[in-house]
Amino acid sequence: MSKTDNQGPLWEVFTQKKPGLAFKHSGSVHAYDKNLAIEAARDLYTRRNEGTGLWVVKSENIIAVQSEDAESFFDPADDKIYRHPTFFEVPDGVKHM
Amino acid sequence: MKNSLFKYCLRLGDNSLILGHRLAEYCSNGPYLEEDISITNTSLDLIGQAEAILKYAAKVEGEGRTEDDLAYKRPEIEFYNVQLTEQPNGNFARITARQFFMDAFNFYLYSALKESTDNTISAIAAKSLKEVTYHLRRSSEWVIRLGDGTNESKIKMQEAINDFWRYTSEMFEMDEVDEELIAKGIAVDLKPIQDLWNKKVDEILAMATLIRPEDAYMATGSRKGYHTEYLGYILAEMQYLPRAYPTAKW
Amino acid sequence: MSNTIEELEKQFQEKIDNEIKIEPKDWMPDDYRKNLIRQMSQHAHSEVIGMQPEGNWITRAPSLRAKKILLAKIQDEAGHGLYLYSAAETLGVSRDQFIQWLHEGKAKYSSIFNYPTLNWADMGAIGWLVDGAAIVNQVSLQKTSYGPYARAMVRICKEESFHQRQGFEIMAKMMAGTKEQQQMAQDALNRFWWPSLMMFGPHDSDSSRSSLALKWKIKRETNDTLRKRFIDKTIPQAEFIGLKVPDPDAVLQPDGSYKTGPIDWDEFWNVVKGNGPCNKQRLDHHKRAHDNGKWVREACIAFSEKQDKRKVIAN
Repeated sequence: MSKTDNQGPLWEVFTQKKPGLAFKHSGSVHAYDKNLAIEAARDLYTRRNEGTGLWVVKSENIIAVQSEDAESFFDPADDKIYRHPTFFEVPDGVKHM
Repeated sequence: MKNSLFKYCLRLGDNSLILGHRLAEYCSNGPYLEEDISITNTSLDLIGQAEAILKYAAKVEGEGRTEDDLAYKRPEIEFYNVQLTEQPNGNFARITARQFFMDAFNFYLYSALKESTDNTISAIAAKSLKEVTYHLRRSSEWVIRLGDGTNESKIKMQEAINDFWRYTSEMFEMDEVDEELIAKGIAVDLKPIQDLWNKKVDEILAMATLIRPEDAYMATGSRKGYHTEYLGYILAEMQYLPRAYPTAKW
Repeated sequence: MSNTIEELEKQFQEKIDNEIKIEPKDWMPDDYRKNLIRQMSQHAHSEVIGMQPEGNWITRAPSLRAKKILLAKIQDEAGHGLYLYSAAETLGVSRDQFIQWLHEGKAKYSSIFNYPTLNWADMGAIGWLVDGAAIVNQVSLQKTSYGPYARAMVRICKEESFHQRQGFEIMAKMMAGTKEQQQMAQDALNRFWWPSLMMFGPHDSDSSRSSLALKWKIKRETNDTLRKRFIDKTIPQAEFIGLKVPDPDAVLQPDGSYKTGPIDWDEFWNVVKGNGPCNKQRLDHHKRAHDNGKWVREACIAFSEKQDKRKVIAN
């Protein structure tokens, strides 16, 4: 494949639906530089009022856990249910906790 | 006053309509998919602007016509868009040059019209300005990218700038319509807008390593409804259905 | 870890059977990957080529509202093509490669787009029938086993919901209009009905790839099941606005479903093989746009390289 046929590197797009909410992965775009990337992301992923905030990041800069590491990364959290608030018993009548 | 305001609205609306129409033609012809989508967005903004202002024009006229009647039933001589907007798409550099010249004009025009004493015009200007600010950002970036890209893109971009240059002074022409409305604070003086436009164009062309053409013969006529040959074909296509089936509703 | 292929395949099938999505980095059988690449790229190409038959009427849309809606709809199709290319790219094939395969005729797109759009009612027929058929298929695909494909489908289904309505609205308006408009609407239905039914693909008994795709849950329902669902909901819609489907054998059965006449599969295979009215035109258009854009893409690459160099010098 000749370089000149290139569609540009891939960028991952994250949009924020409302101020205060977390940014969520929306999808990807191809773009040759960061300005074109954020504009392409705007034109594609926010054309139905889906966003008040927008991030793009080059896909190659995202570090992901490899699936063969998934067991050692994630399974150890399985038995630590005490990290979740529903683990604890609170007597009836206690409020605002 | 009514006639002047009507005509002024048509100028604004026709600029957006015809430019939006040209960009719509380009749909599915973009250099890559993302850009195809972006250009369509600009086109949609422009057609939306045209709809809003032509609707107001129809109201000002008070003859019971609608924005669609104005878009689809007017003859060529009653269209007042500047000739630049009707120029054919050609290559991507030409689309970029045409867009950049118009975006820069619209940006300063709507910035000023936001303060219009006519509430409808000022509201439409405020909404349009948000859109046009984004359009100008994009078209400026494209002029810079193509000007400072490869040799081939530089040549194409410079050619497009040169070819369209003669159509760039029409935007700033003023006549008795403007005089009357400026006096009432409805319309704005285009002279300061021309100065701002010139500054912007110089700035972007410099960043793009392109040369500003000399002013030579400059095209004129659209204020009187005189156009290049291209507009007739645009209207022939655009108005085909409403004119062929005048009683039909779509 | 030294899993044998058999063990990996067994684990893979277990995941599928338990409705656990397959993600890009997960192990998958080669044929699963190939099957996905074929189906997803075909789907993406269909969206992108599908811009053309509707694009044919943008400059002639009869009102400002109609023009905006049509343009927004075609833009959505470009967007959907883009979502699907991106999802397909997670399988390790570049968009350049997908486009090249399309241009070389190695990748297909839906045959429906090889039919011409001859009057304004065709915009209605495409939205109502073609998008309607596509939605039946896509709703089913939201549950496909490959994660990125399923996610793209969820987004697409959300956006597509307005497409079918806008198409039906055009048809309904024309059927409520002048005699000429009614004729246009019926003519559009006559031309698009059978090709829409063909969109679901060959009958289950003749579909070679179906069983594997179903086992892997790439496809969730068979061609005939989906086609029947479409027929049963569309015929009443047609009748509601006074249109008649061009099938003399179509009869309502006691259970509320429809029995329909035979599909002309010779026509279907002929169009698939490239002999449809617009195959060459559609592909040539796509090639031309791509070729015309080459210098623009090159300029972007050159510009971004210059910027990178300037940054290095500045630092």
